[in-house]
Amino acid sequence: MANVLVFAEVRGGDLRKVALEAVTAGRALAELSGGGSVHALLAGDAGIGAKAESLAQHGADSVLVLEHAGFAMYNPEALAATVAQQLGSGTYGYALFSATAQGRDLSPRVAAKMGVGLAADLTGFTVEGGMVLGQHFNMNGKVIVTLALAGTPALLSVRPAAFQPALAPRALATTSITSAADPSASRVKVVELKQGNTGKLDLNDAPVIVAGGRGLKAPENFKLCEDLADAFGNAAVGATRAVTDEGWRPHSDQIGQTGRNVSPTLYVAVGISGAIQHLAGMRTSKTIVAINKDKDAPIFKIADYGIVGDVFEIMPALTAAVKAVKAQG
Amino acid sequence: MKIAVCIKRVPVMEVKFAITADGSRVDNAGLKYDINDFDLWAIEAALQLKEKNGNVGEVAVISLGPDAASEQIRKALAMGADRGVLLKADSIPADGLAIARALAAEIKEGGYDLVLFGRIAIDSMNQMTGPMVAELLDLPCVTNVFKLEITGSTGRAERALEGATEVVEFPLPAVLTIDDGLNKERLPSLKGIMAAKKKPLDVKPAQLGDAKVTVHKMALPPERAAGRILGDSSAAVPELVRLLQTEAKVL
Ligand SMILES: Cc1cc2nc3c(=O)[nH]c(=O)nc-3n(C[C@H](O)[C@H](O)[C@H](O)COP(=O)(O)OP(=O)(O)OC[C@H]3O[C@@H](n4cnc5c(N)ncnc54)[C@H](O)[C@@H]3O)c2cc1C
Ligand SMILES: Nc1ncnc2c1ncn2[C@@H]1O[C@H](COP(=O)(O)O)[C@@H](O)[C@H]1O
Repeated sequence: MANVLVFAEVRGGDLRKVALEAVTAGRALAELSGGGSVHALLAGDAGIGAKAESLAQHGADSVLVLEHAGFAMYNPEALAATVAQQLGSGTYGYALFSATAQGRDLSPRVAAKMGVGLAADLTGFTVEGGMVLGQHFNMNGKVIVTLALAGTPALLSVRPAAFQPALAPRALATTSITSAADPSASRVKVVELKQGNTGKLDLNDAPVIVAGGRGLKAPENFKLCEDLADAFGNAAVGATRAVTDEGWRPHSDQIGQTGRNVSPTLYVAVGISGAIQHLAGMRTSKTIVAINKDKDAPIFKIADYGIVGDVFEIMPALTAAVKAVKAQG
Repeated sequence: MKIAVCIKRVPVMEVKFAITADGSRVDNAGLKYDINDFDLWAIEAALQLKEKNGNVGEVAVISLGPDAASEQIRKALAMGADRGVLLKADSIPADGLAIARALAAEIKEGGYDLVLFGRIAIDSMNQMTGPMVAELLDLPCVTNVFKLEITGSTGRAERALEGATEVVEFPLPAVLTIDDGLNKERLPSLKGIMAAKKKPLDVKPAQLGDAKVTVHKMALPPERAAGRILGDSSAAVPELVRLLQTEAKVL
C-alpha cells in the first residue's frame, strides 16, 4: 500500500485539465500498489481552494490547499520546497506530476532536492513486486522503453492525454498548508503570463486536431483548417515548423520534436509532408487522416486514411460533410 | 563572464531503430551521431552572448559520454566554443539524476555565470537534467527558454508553455534550458575546424553514482497498420466520412 501525492497544475488561477488526468493516474497508481490514498496539492492565489471540489470528484481523498499571493504566478522555487517538504513527511510512496512545461520544470527540482528517482512523461505504468514499471518514449518517439523506478518516494510524470479524467467521487476533505519557503524570496520570478488562444481548446485538450502545413501556401488559407475545426466543434488547429518559422501561426501551435506532443483521437494532416520531426509529435494519435497532393509524401506511411489531392478542393467538401454529420446529431 | 554548455551525443534519428535480442537496449550498429539539436541551439546562444557582450571570457562545453563523444565536443569547438570537457562513461545511464550529479560536480568547480542546457535530449526524452543540476548547485533555473536578454547580472527570459508564454526574471549565476525558436545554429567554418584541433579538451572519468531509474526493457512501438488511399479528389470525402464514423468511430 502506498499513498500518492498528486501535483495539481494551475495556470492563471484555473485548474488545468491535466490536473484531473493526474488525479486519475494517481488513483490508478494507488490501486495498483495495494490501495493507498490520493492527496492532491493545489497551490495558488487566495481563492484557489474553490477548485478542490473537482479534484475530489476525480478521486482525491484529500486536497492540500496552499493559498498565498506569492503563488498567483508559477513559483518554482517555493513550490519545489513545499512539495519536497510534504513528500518528506514520510507517508508517501509516490508523487505524480503532469508532464507539461510546468510539471517537467517542477518534478526534476523535487527529485534532485530529495535525491529520489524520476521517471518522466509516462504513457502508462504497472507496479510489479513493489516497483513501478513505466512506459516512456525514447529516440524521438521511435522506441518505447519500460523504466523501472526504485526507492521511495519515487516521482513520476504522466504525458498529457495518456490518462482521461475519470469520475471517482470522494467527499471533499481539504487541509490548508503553508509554503515551505518564503514565496517572495524566490530568485526566479515569473512576472507575466501571456495566454495564447484564450477561449479556444488547447492542442493537448482537443479530441480532434486539424494541422496545416506549407501546402496551405499562405497564412490566410488556414481558414480552411479553422472551418473544419469549427465543424467538428471539439477541435484545435495545429501547424508544422515550416509554418511557424514563416510566422503564419504562433510557435505554440507547432507540433513535433521541437513543438508539442499530441495524441488526439483524430489528427487531420492538411498539406503536411510528414517529416520525421513532425511525426515525432503526433504519431501516437489514434486515427490519422492525411490530405496531400504528393502520393509519395511520408505522411501517408502513418496515415490510416489518405486522399491524394488538392487541399483547396478537398477541404471545403470535407468541412461541409462533417457539418452535415454533426447537424444530424 | 563564463558560460558552460552541456551537450549530449545522440543518435541521428532518421533511421529505423532495432532493439537487441535481449530487449535491453537499442542496437547501435550503423547508427550515426550528432550533438542533440537543442544543445546546438544552446551553444549558439552562448556564442551570440560572447559576440554581443564583450565581457564573456570563455564558453566551455561539457559532455558526459563515451570516448567518441569527443567528436561532438570538437564540433562545438569548431563552432566557436573555447574549451571542452569529456566526462567519460562507457554508457550513459537512463537515470537523469545520475547524469545531473556527474555534470554538477564538474560545473561546480568552474565558477560559471551561465550554465546552458538543451530543453530535452531527443534520445532519452527525459527533459530533466538542467533543473536537476540547478537544484544540486542551488542556482536559479529557467526552463524552455526561447527568448533571452542578459543585462549585467540579471536576465529576462520567455519560456514556452503549452499554448502560452511566461516572462521570467532571474539573477546570475543561473541555469537555463534552451528551447527551439531562440536561434538557428551556425555551421562550423573551415577555419573553426582547424582552430578546434588546438583547443583544450580535458578528459576525466564521470562520477556516476548509483541509479534509481533503470531500463527494464525496450521495444519498438507497434507498426501502424497500412493506411488506405481513398481517392484523389473531394469525391473521396463521403467514403472518408463513412469510415471515420463506422470503422474508426471518431466522428
Ligand atoms: C532539428 C529540427 C527540428 C524540427 N522540429 C520540427 C517540429 O517540431 N515540427 C515540425 O513540423 N517540423 C519540424 N522540423 C522541420 C521538418 O523537418 C520539416 O521541414 C517540416 O515539418 C515540414 O513542414 P511541412 O510538412 O509543412 O512542409 P513541406 O515539407 O514543405 O510539405 C508541404 C507538403 O504540402 C504538400 N502540398 C503542397 N501543395 C499542396 C496542395 N495544394 N494540396 C495538397 N498538398 C499540397 C506537398 O506535397 C508537401 O508534401 C524540424 C527540423 C529540424 C532540422
Ligand atoms: N550525457 C550528457 N552530457 C552532457 N549533457 C547532457 C547529457 N545528458 C543530458 N545533457 C544535457 O541535459 C539536457 C536535457 O537532457 P535530458 O534531461 O536527458 O532530456 C540536454 O539537452 C543536455 O544539455
